[in-house]
Amino acid sequence: METTVAKKIVIKTENIAKTYHESKIPVQALKDVDLEIEEGEFTAIVGPSGSGKTTLLNIIGGLDKPSKGKIIIGDTDISNLKESQLIDFRLHHIGFVFQQYNLIPVLTAKENVEFIMLLQKKSEKEMEERAMKLLKEVGLEDKAKVRPSELSGGQQQRVAVIRALASRPKFILADEPTANLDSASAGNLLDMMARMNREENMTFIFSTHDQRVIDKARRVVTLEDGMIKYDEVR
Amino acid sequence: MLLKLAWRNIWRNKRRTIITIVSIAFAVILSSLMRSMQLGSYERMVDNSVRFLTGYLQIHKKGYWDEQVIDNAFTPPSNLQKKVEGIANVEAAVPRLESFALASYQTKTKGALVIGIDPQKEAALTNVEDKIVQGKPFEIDEKHVLIGTGLAEYLKLSVGDTIVLISQGYHGANAAGKYAVCGLVQFGLPQLTNQAVFMPLPSAQYFFGAEQLLTALAVVTEHPKHVSSIEASLLQEVDTTALEVMNWRIMMPELIQGIEVDNISGIIMLMLLYVVIGFGMFGTFLMMTTERLYEFGVLLSIGMRRYKLQLIVFAEIIMLAMIAVLVGFALSIPLISYFYHHPISLSDTYKEAFEKFGIEAVYVFSLEPIVFTSQAWVVFFMALVLGIYPLYKIWKLDPVNAMREGR
Ligand SMILES: Nc1ncnc2c1ncn2[C@@H]1O[C@H](COP(=O)(O)OP(=O)(O)OP(=O)(O)O)[C@@H](O)[C@H]1O
Ligand SMILES: [Mg+2]
Repeated sequence: METTVAKKIVIKTENIAKTYHESKIPVQALKDVDLEIEEGEFTAIVGPSGSGKTTLLNIIGGLDKPSKGKIIIGDTDISNLKESQLIDFRLHHIGFVFQQYNLIPVLTAKENVEFIMLLQKKSEKEMEERAMKLLKEVGLEDKAKVRPSELSGGQQQRVAVIRALASRPKFILADEPTANLDSASAGNLLDMMARMNREENMTFIFSTHDQRVIDKARRVVTLEDGMIKYDEVR
Repeated sequence: MLLKLAWRNIWRNKRRTIITIVSIAFAVILSSLMRSMQLGSYERMVDNSVRFLTGYLQIHKKGYWDEQVIDNAFTPPSNLQKKVEGIANVEAAVPRLESFALASYQTKTKGALVIGIDPQKEAALTNVEDKIVQGKPFEIDEKHVLIGTGLAEYLKLSVGDTIVLISQGYHGANAAGKYAVCGLVQFGLPQLTNQAVFMPLPSAQYFFGAEQLLTALAVVTEHPKHVSSIEASLLQEVDTTALEVMNWRIMMPELIQGIEVDNISGIIMLMLLYVVIGFGMFGTFLMMTTERLYEFGVLLSIGMRRYKLQLIVFAEIIMLAMIAVLVGFALSIPLISYFYHHPISLSDTYKEAFEKFGIEAVYVFSLEPIVFTSQAWVVFFMALVLGIYPLYKIWKLDPVNAMREGR
């Protein structure tokens, strides 16, 4: 007898659409996007510029509200949360990595890694251990006491990834994390993310333009004009 | 942790922070200095004309103040002096008999104010003895008087010469007398220097034909803050049907008015100075906010509550203001205490011009705490008001937009 273990779904969007009304002509950034992300995925969102990648990630991450549709994370429908509830929800359940300037410039690498745990009021000891362990895993333990301005772009992004990772969110959203890196650093960052995906069983969803980055993903969702055009699992 | 972040953020742009601190500190120093000089000059003016002339309080016959003539002198009840001196915080009750007379020497004649004093008591008020600039210390008696240097100059007389005083005495009696000048006195108050003739109280009473009479009993106290309580006690001791008790505010309305007008113009100057500094502070706060919108966006995105972010920025503003005020104090307190102990005397050329207007030609400074605390409050108040902008900006911040635009 064969048993299929049903994988846990961490993100489910139902018919989400987003229209921006900031200019005279409304911009339809997303149209009826249905997407399910399972625990442990390593998924790339790709598509041409303006196709809606950032909009989608922002909506999944609770940074932006859809014009219509639902987003369910775990078993919470975040489309119904109030601003302050959303902030707390993000703090406890979602990790973010942005394109650049992720880190707080006046804190050291280690303090940056601890920062989210600090907001979560974790104990000093737990923060310290977790931050040092992760820094070591990404080969930055000797940079623990260094401020972001003294780190290379690739090192900064690695710190940003482990900051997101440290508090053990349900998943990590990374909007073009390699956009400002040279291709060697971009490759390194992706390898590191892939390793964390395996070792920590962390779900990653990242957007990118870079073919070599796309090649490292296990699932690639292609957006075009605010709609999912392809969705391939490799 | 939030405080640590705030503290580090202040020093993020060292140059800008230092410029801001220096400019606020400079404003604090300049305005404390201005304020100190103003308050110092008021203290001095009040001292000169009140503490050393009329006293903070006086008792005289009803109606004397409006019509200051010898006929309005009064006979003090025998125990009045003792009773007044028994009141708490009263240093002395100083008897006076004063009225105008014509003073002549050779061909010159000038109006003079003859002041009969009790030399011992007077030490607590005019302290005439200390004001002698020429002649032997304090030897007045029925034949010897002290006169102001201004009067002596006008009459062209010097110590040892004899002046003639002519006046109308009590109830129309003739008053005339010849007195040797045994010394010259100089006061901070030019009117006094130019008019005063001091003689012992009994001599004055004899001169004006006003035996046992006084025009006023001046009440001396160390500090004006005691005036109202003393006044209340005096009103109980004194027969108010015949006598009146007056405080210096009523006796010296022009002085008070002058101070008020000057004070307002001084405050306007300070406000202008602070408006300029305020713009500088606002510029700093503005930059502190706008250049960090992206960072604020990141912090809100990763789950920091807005109020925490506001607390950090608020703490930065308060710390910045505090450092600036402290630096300002650290520099202005020694500076002002130096000037307090070494008042600036003007050179002779200015001196004449000043004294023509009845102003003493010296800049004195005040060390009253209010000089400094008021500056601190102003800076803090400005920081609080101007700090509303960054707090509002954070309140309205949309992380998605902040990060889209801040890139
Ligand atoms: N805040 C906004 N106001 C108005 N229009 C917006 C806003 N954000 C995005 N858009 C528009 O929505 C569309 C989708 O934008 P989005 O940023 O999601 O694309 P993207 O795929 O991330 O592009 P890129 O690869 O350039 O980052 C674009 O046409 C964009 O101009
Ligand atoms: Mg984008």
